[in-house]
Amino acid sequence: MTDVAAGAAAARGGLPDRDLRSRVAVRVNDDVRQLDLDNRTTLLDALREQVGLTGTKKGCDHGQCGACTVLLDGRRVQSCLVLAVTLDGAEVVTVEDLAPAGDLHPLQSRFLERDAYQCGYCTPGQLCSATGMLAEARRGWPSAVTTDLVADRTALTDAEIRERMSGNLCRCAAYPNIVAAIRDVAAAGGAA
Amino acid sequence: MGTLTRAVGQAHARLDGPDKVRGAARYSVEYPVENVAYAWPVPSTVVKGRITRVDTRAALAEPGVLAVLSYENAPRLTPAGDPELFVLQEPAVAYRGQIVALAVAGSLEAAREAAGLVRLEYDTWPHDTVLTENHPGLYQPSHVNPSLPTDTEIGNFDAGYAAAPVRVDATYRTPAEHNNPMEPHASTVQWQGDRLVVHDANQGPGQVQAGLATLFGLPPERVRVITEHVGGGFGCKTMRCCVVLAALAARHVDRPVRLALTRQQMFGVVGYRTPTIQRIRLGADPTGRLTASCHDAISQSSMLKEFAEQTAVYGRPLYAAPHRRTTHRLARLDVPSPAWMRAPGQCPGSFAVESAMDELAVTCGVDPVELRIRNEPATDPEEGTPYSSRNLVACLREGAHRFGWADRDRTPAVRRAGRCLLGTGVAGSIYPARSLVSSASAYAGPDGAFLVQINAVDIGTGARTALWQIAADELGVPPDRVMIRVGDTGLPEASLAGGSTGTASWGWAVAKVCREIRVQIDDVHGGSVPAGGVHAQVDTTADIQAQQTFSRYAFGAQFAEVRVDVDTGEVRVDRLLGVFAAGRIVNALTARSQLIGGMTMGMSMALLEEGLWDPRSGDWANHDLATYHVAGCADIEQIEAYWLDEDDPHLNPAGVKGIGEIGIVGTAAAITNAVYHATGVRVRDLPVRLDRLLGHRA
Ligand code: FES
Ligand code: FES
Repeated sequence: MTDVAAGAAAARGGLPDRDLRSRVAVRVNDDVRQLDLDNRTTLLDALREQVGLTGTKKGCDHGQCGACTVLLDGRRVQSCLVLAVTLDGAEVVTVEDLAPAGDLHPLQSRFLERDAYQCGYCTPGQLCSATGMLAEARRGWPSAVTTDLVADRTALTDAEIRERMSGNLCRCAAYPNIVAAIRDVAAAGGAA
Repeated sequence: MGTLTRAVGQAHARLDGPDKVRGAARYSVEYPVENVAYAWPVPSTVVKGRITRVDTRAALAEPGVLAVLSYENAPRLTPAGDPELFVLQEPAVAYRGQIVALAVAGSLEAAREAAGLVRLEYDTWPHDTVLTENHPGLYQPSHVNPSLPTDTEIGNFDAGYAAAPVRVDATYRTPAEHNNPMEPHASTVQWQGDRLVVHDANQGPGQVQAGLATLFGLPPERVRVITEHVGGGFGCKTMRCCVVLAALAARHVDRPVRLALTRQQMFGVVGYRTPTIQRIRLGADPTGRLTASCHDAISQSSMLKEFAEQTAVYGRPLYAAPHRRTTHRLARLDVPSPAWMRAPGQCPGSFAVESAMDELAVTCGVDPVELRIRNEPATDPEEGTPYSSRNLVACLREGAHRFGWADRDRTPAVRRAGRCLLGTGVAGSIYPARSLVSSASAYAGPDGAFLVQINAVDIGTGARTALWQIAADELGVPPDRVMIRVGDTGLPEASLAGGSTGTASWGWAVAKVCREIRVQIDDVHGGSVPAGGVHAQVDTTADIQAQQTFSRYAFGAQFAEVRVDVDTGEVRVDRLLGVFAAGRIVNALTARSQLIGGMTMGMSMALLEEGLWDPRSGDWANHDLATYHVAGCADIEQIEAYWLDEDDPHLNPAGVKGIGEIGIVGTAAAITNAVYHATGVRVRDLPVRLDRLLGHRA
């Protein structure tokens, strides 16, 4: 193992520094950011350490918890699994921009009312995930528990919400309140 | 003031909620810091040994790397009691996963890369890592956590058990379980001259301050620990090595340092719930009245320190039996140090005792709710003291009523719906209600606003909001006139967040200081606040010393309904219902969240959680969230938590018992008891894995 590591270092040692870095332009919450990136940087670390948007959380760095969920070109992704260097021209929305400054997105309001969190660490990921999930359901994307696979729009029963939100762990286990908050918003029309 | 609605008891949304849902609440590695560097730990890859060579050349050649610390060059520390904090000081390795080096770089990417390039050589020795009931190293520790007697005996258990017409003798096992708060241990450390400024994720900023002061030889007042928001703890965020490593790195490279443990590293160094092996013997008359009970508990600790889980204390104050014994034995192994996890002792202990009570109910042909009611003691059966309040029976009755227990058929394995067998189960629950010494300050401004300050910490419990509610009532003002500050060692010293003591202890200091402010305003200043404001500070040492002797406990009853797929062995919990008696409930909204959170973690323990130990490599085989399973959204169908109105005058001014832990106590047994009722298979070895059910089919 150490031989492999030493070999890899030797190989990299020969590369000039600029080959390890790239410049990309990413639209983050409506601002185009010119990022000068170490190619190894994940979207999650770029947001937290470079852009200064720390609302997006790191729970595992391995795509296993959902805390880092953001919207990438309108779809929910785990930002710890995306290399930022691949995002030139892409559009990223984080929890900070779910609602205009000073305002709350309906999901955020319902999370507060339903107490759909305790420590709040998984919450940004839950909110971004729920936003993406509501859009998926509107487009009729089925889940593992969907019975009508050809419906234009999936009815969000509690079972559907639970299934579709299971990529976002909450160790405080606010799950029933998260489901209730999302159900409220879905029932009110899903808040585009 | 007569018209003022009391804030305590209301369902107030959390004060920190708007910041949390906007992503604006800053956790410990999220504060903007100039010129910050990043540290990345290197875990040991051997179990037991000694580092013979540290080769940092490849790591240091990586662009952006500032340093690699190891025992050879790390700043020296003074031991601070817990050997797990004495990091990078010695070449000895006590377990696999122990931090043996630390890479520091200008970016996370470079630090991580460098950590992987550190080359360590070791001399190694054979290791011994597996706990068994006849391990030759088992011994009797001098006490169990936190400072309870190791063994107890009342009457004569052996004689009582031998004479009992009905006996249950069964051994239960719980695996290692990992706390896994969603936020990892994380610290930002800055040396400002000879002062240390720390943002750290922990359950006790005061504890971290004291620890760092000792380790680095500083007067405590030169260490400031700020802990504004914490992403969960469940016991594992009492002081850990993360903050010490960050402080060592920051001193060594002379820059501020951020360090967050990886999820994988957490499985090694932050502690876990010890595996337990528990033998329960119950002797009873044919109606199920206990005459003798014995709980023998075995657990493990590391070679670094003695951590004696208080597993068998669970039953000491719970059910009546004239002849009773409890014992604890411990084996020190070449494993990571176990530590606190939600309801330490009580949680694994309740699994064994509440399962055995179910087995006794089956043996006697008595309803398991009724069996528990029949064994209700008048006073604490070991201490002989009265209970400050004891509402286990009321919880059982209320739960049975709400759950629809009354017409339950006790026959196992006879209810079938499609591919599934259905069953229901019940368990009791008990958790100590303690108050610890704390202090608080309050300031009344001439503008009618109040500021209450206490170095409490809100790890997601809602403590900040609950204390604010208590303060408003004690001040007799609407809560919007009160501001509360917590989570900073610059504030009056308070106990740590653990053992469900937070609101009881901090609420006491807050209530006391608010009363003091009112006295000053009314008696000294004639009813109005002078231009300079009024300030008061109190601590509760004398109050807590003056407490009368009572057995103080929260109680609960847990009910579960399960569905077991006969083809796959999959268990689904259709319904979980808990009723709790926990003194006054300060905030109905956040209390419910805490209780269902505890119950869910108990369900997770029953069905999913298991640290799988690989004796060959001497490490957890599963050490991430893909392989160590915790309950997810789809696992929870219907979950209900209720509480009784309980007015206990012997607790603390807020009248609270604490609710952070009672929710997890007994849950796993309620579920396995339901699995028995569904299938006829008694699972005594958690978690209820598919193979443990299917294995019984043949
Ligand atoms: S941090 Fe990305 S999924 Fe856990
Ligand atoms: S709110 Fe704490 S992990 Fe979800």
